[in-house]
Amino acid sequence: MASDVSLLTAKFENGRLELAAGGAWTAANAGALESLVDRVSADAARAKAVSIDMGGVREFDTFGAWLLERLTRSWRGAGRAASIVGMPEHDRSLLKEMSGVNLEPAPVLASDNALVTALAALGQGVIGFGRDLLTFANMLGAIGIAAARVLTRPRDFRFTSAVNQFDRVCWQAVPIILLITFLIGAIIAQQGIFHFRKFGAEMYAVDLVGILILREVGVLIVAIMVAGRSGSSYTAELGSMMMREEVDALRTMGFDPVEVLILPRVLVLIVALPVLTFLGSMAALYGGGLVAWLYGGMSPEIYISRLEEAISLTHFKVGMLKAPFMGLVIGVVACAEGLLVKGSAESLGLQTTASVVKSIFLVIVLDGLFAIFFASIGT
Amino acid sequence: MSDKPVISVKDLVVGFGDQIVLDRLSLEVRAGEILGVVGASGGGKSVLLRTIIGLLPKRHGTIEVLGVDQDKASEEQRRALERRWGVLFQQGALFSSLTVRQNVQFPMRENLDISQRLLDEMALAKLEMVGLTPLDADKFPAELSGGMTKRAALARALALDPEIVFLDEPTSGLDPIAAGDFDALIKTLQGTLGLTVFMVTHDLESLYTVCDRIAALADGRIVTVGSMETMLECTHPWVQTYFQGKRGGMLASRIGQLVT
Repeated sequence: MASDVSLLTAKFENGRLELAAGGAWTAANAGALESLVDRVSADAARAKAVSIDMGGVREFDTFGAWLLERLTRSWRGAGRAASIVGMPEHDRSLLKEMSGVNLEPAPVLASDNALVTALAALGQGVIGFGRDLLTFANMLGAIGIAAARVLTRPRDFRFTSAVNQFDRVCWQAVPIILLITFLIGAIIAQQGIFHFRKFGAEMYAVDLVGILILREVGVLIVAIMVAGRSGSSYTAELGSMMMREEVDALRTMGFDPVEVLILPRVLVLIVALPVLTFLGSMAALYGGGLVAWLYGGMSPEIYISRLEEAISLTHFKVGMLKAPFMGLVIGVVACAEGLLVKGSAESLGLQTTASVVKSIFLVIVLDGLFAIFFASIGT
Repeated sequence: MSDKPVISVKDLVVGFGDQIVLDRLSLEVRAGEILGVVGASGGGKSVLLRTIIGLLPKRHGTIEVLGVDQDKASEEQRRALERRWGVLFQQGALFSSLTVRQNVQFPMRENLDISQRLLDEMALAKLEMVGLTPLDADKFPAELSGGMTKRAALARALALDPEIVFLDEPTSGLDPIAAGDFDALIKTLQGTLGLTVFMVTHDLESLYTVCDRIAALADGRIVTVGSMETMLECTHPWVQTYFQGKRGGMLASRIGQLVT
């Protein structure tokens, strides 16, 4: 930069360092100025006396003032006095203001051993996992109590809120759920037919489609979709209510937030999931049938009669039985995470992510537990 | 300082839908003064401020800040201009995922090419200038009290040594002592840094103690501009109610006693 020269020029004479400052000592030149000041402050170690002529400075702001203060402070620390001349009265008051700051050394953050940090993170993770389970159990209990209380006084149930939530969680979710499950059914049928064809057992692809969709895939896909779609929105809603102290306001008015906000939402999920699972399973079977007809050359009559032989009502019941429990898990996780939101926008984002990840994880774990349960009772 | 106004607003019209909030409003802010804008709640004070800093679109009129006409300025000029002013929002608007220190460093880091050491020193210097301690620097905005939030937000507004500072209700939500301290702080900083301050406020105390001039906004335009005496002499019904009403009158008589 051409203006570097004029910002600060040094003259060394008989052990006396004379500095002439000029130009704009402002934020815009702070980078260049800092390196000049650092160079000069090294030079000054050899000088007996130092003087700075600030007469040429056109503009002066806190950045300039601080750098000048830093320069003089380092000389004072080395036992040398610096005289500043040619400075307007107005700039002097700014310099005086700066002489009062940064007197305490900045707190030094202790750097830890990497291994210790990793171990600590692991430990905190384990404790966090345990604490999560406790939080969810706590939320489940609170919802249970609220539900029991509402049962004794049914008029207290927020019916309007529940209908509104049902519209958002169930009715508005129907198109996307139908589309996704239709595609999944079609893909499973295509893969089944493609691979079973090698053994001449294309007919069994229908068994695969029917059993897989009714027992497992239908409910799992729907639960994962709902966790991503409605669980996240529950967490974000309750979280921003926490941030704006709306939940506290409810509490001080004598309402139980669990009863007013959370119970309707969770109940709606428990009702909505079986509905969506049913619709989703039908769409998937339809998609499978369509592929069997167009790709596998199996007429719809054959597909349906084969389906009748392959699946029993038990498969359908197993799938539908799991749905309300998955709804409960998603609701409990989403609401519990929502209430954990602190004041910052970042925390809202973190908690919403955690809500989706944890509810999908728990939904799959629950599905595994159900699989063990049904296997052991032989259905 | 030149006589040319730093901010000059002419015939400004701003509205939302059918509603006209500012109707042919004209206002000038002189260099180095503290101008207080008063007006009824919902009367368009904050709208005026937000229009001047370019957050709201205007329907008609010209806005000139530091000699740059907002309409004629290129994108580059506008960005350069935005670096020459600082804004203190009503709720502070600190970035909640950054610490106070990082909040203050944010504009410096983006606009200046300086070392981390100077960044740290300048951030602490700004924080100390507004009355915060180095201990507060590593706190997150959610951990600050109302007064501290305002101070931290002011430090961020001052980060790049702006020429103009816009303050949107700087003392709202503060207790009288904290509000008084904040007023004194603004006055001191205006003195040392040579700032021009554009302040929207409801606080009569602030108007009496720190403002050089007051602009009263009513019916979508500036009905009167001037010193406190001008306000008290103004015949506009809203201005009369505001300054000679119960609370305004009490202050005015107290000031009158002090003067006599």
